[in-house]
Amino acid sequence: MSSSNTATHTVAPRRARQGTSERRSGYWWYILPGAVGFLAVVAVPFGMNLWYSLTSFRGVGDPVFIGLENYQRLLGDPLFWASFRHSVAFIVAMAILPTAIGVVVAAVLFNFISPKFGSKVASFLRATYYLPQILPIAVAGVLWKWMYQPQYGIINTTLRDLGLGGLAQNWLGDSDLAIYAVMNVLVWLQIGYTVVVFMAGLSRVDPALYEAAELDGATWWQQFRTITLNQLRPEIAVVLITTSVAALKVFAPIFVLTRGGPGTSTIVPAYFSFSNFFTTTKVGYGAAVASVLALMISVVAVALLRYQTRNSEGFEDGRG
Amino acid sequence: MAVDSLEKTAVSPTTPPAPVVRKVKRRKRGVSGWVVLALLAGVGLLMLFPFWIAVINAFKPAPDYIANGPVSVPTELDFSALVDFWGGVDFNRKLLNSVVISGSVALIAVALSLLSAFAIGIGRIRGRVWILALFMLAFTIPQEALVYPLFVLTRDLGLYDTMTGVVIILAVLQSAFGTYMLSSVLGTFPPEVLEAARLDGASRFQVLRLVVLPLTRPTMAVLMTFFFIWTWNDFFLPLVLLPSADNQTVSVALGALSGQYTSDPTALAAASLAGILPALVFFILFQRTLMRGVNLGAVK
Repeated sequence: MSSSNTATHTVAPRRARQGTSERRSGYWWYILPGAVGFLAVVAVPFGMNLWYSLTSFRGVGDPVFIGLENYQRLLGDPLFWASFRHSVAFIVAMAILPTAIGVVVAAVLFNFISPKFGSKVASFLRATYYLPQILPIAVAGVLWKWMYQPQYGIINTTLRDLGLGGLAQNWLGDSDLAIYAVMNVLVWLQIGYTVVVFMAGLSRVDPALYEAAELDGATWWQQFRTITLNQLRPEIAVVLITTSVAALKVFAPIFVLTRGGPGTSTIVPAYFSFSNFFTTTKVGYGAAVASVLALMISVVAVALLRYQTRNSEGFEDGRG
Repeated sequence: MAVDSLEKTAVSPTTPPAPVVRKVKRRKRGVSGWVVLALLAGVGLLMLFPFWIAVINAFKPAPDYIANGPVSVPTELDFSALVDFWGGVDFNRKLLNSVVISGSVALIAVALSLLSAFAIGIGRIRGRVWILALFMLAFTIPQEALVYPLFVLTRDLGLYDTMTGVVIILAVLQSAFGTYMLSSVLGTFPPEVLEAARLDGASRFQVLRLVVLPLTRPTMAVLMTFFFIWTWNDFFLPLVLLPSADNQTVSVALGALSGQYTSDPTALAAASLAGILPALVFFILFQRTLMRGVNLGAVK
């Protein structure tokens, strides 16, 4: 490279400045494709979405500016509040329960099963928990929809065979039960992810900690509380935040299993905005819902970013 | 080395991984040991159970299902439900679409990521922190906040209901994540190697092609695997932007199945199996990569 070759002959401080600034400017070309893509696919559409949210727009004709009216209407819309209430339920199903279960299962596999029965047994069990993670969510949805089917689905036929026919329900068709039925599917999907992450985390914990605790006569449960939970704190935080972001974005399971129903008993923000866009074509209103959702997710993501910068390096995906 | 550092940064934000030399000392298993193992195996069976019954019922004749229910193992193998589903939704076509879309997205997204990460991680261009923050925004933003404008824009550009449109959009979105990931890997690239290349008179592009590319190939393989699978599983944007049956992906075709398949008790099992099979193939093919890179975010 010519610049650095000639630079070696000049004075030291000038060399450094000249060298880097010229060297850097040439690198701009390499970010151009990414930048153009970002503008076209993210920045401009996001700006347009914000603009739509300030308008009355039915998908045809021109958007008519109405200021903050859509947002005002949102605050008084019970459906909007219901959708965010359901988001809380899905945070429980996708973030809190899988994290709690995952941490215990990972610790048992790593510190109990693995030393007693060998690491092969532990990895095999881990793989069985992970398997649902490989499915496209749409496929998982179809599978569970079939199992929940009220007449011939396996859950109800099994209950009837056990003489518990009274417990058989229209799982996805009952507005009181549907949300729990969907939550159940999501827990099934998510456990594998948390188990694998926490087991990876445990593999970096110094075994001497456990050995010392063992010598002091600590029970397994005491070791879990004092060592495992403490050592896994970074993983737990990151997993909780990323899965919460995913829970706020949840769409496909709802679309496949219930389409937000029965009634509006499983509606979530993502589905609510989708149906405004493409079913009722209240585009401006849907855009306002999507903007509020984006804001909420950004708040959670910033929490993640701050946490990670505090822990110097290391990052996780925050996608849904 | 690259994969190593990728793993490290992803898995352990605080401490470097301790050398894990666990002595395989088998303590007494005891009754409690077996009880716990049985319990965990029971949980494992519960996790696998849906897969199992999808498989057995996909091959069960419908009258057998009606008579004996979903739990019994079929007395004879009946491929008709699977064949009906396969032909009914033209599943070969969906598989082809998914392969083309996922493959193109993976390739383009990795290429875009590498170029951007080269500028950020190696070039250390000014404002790189802000650029990375923007890219991070791109993959945290809910797609609902982009979808209607993307629908309008692709329609105006003639890219609506074309695979090209979806490939471009998904490639850009995923490359945002790839850039984020690769930039930090390239940020730790040994400077003496770069310096040596420069002294040998290598141009920027030669450094990228002859030094950076070979050394980051393992990381890029992980990224490409993930991009492929994410795209394969992706639902929302392909649902909206590829409405016609000829362009549909596997995920969307299954997710959008209408009532016609719910009357026949084994049809949905067959459909599930058709969706499970490719996923299982990927799992077997990429198992190691997946487990290694799971912290990249299997949250989807």
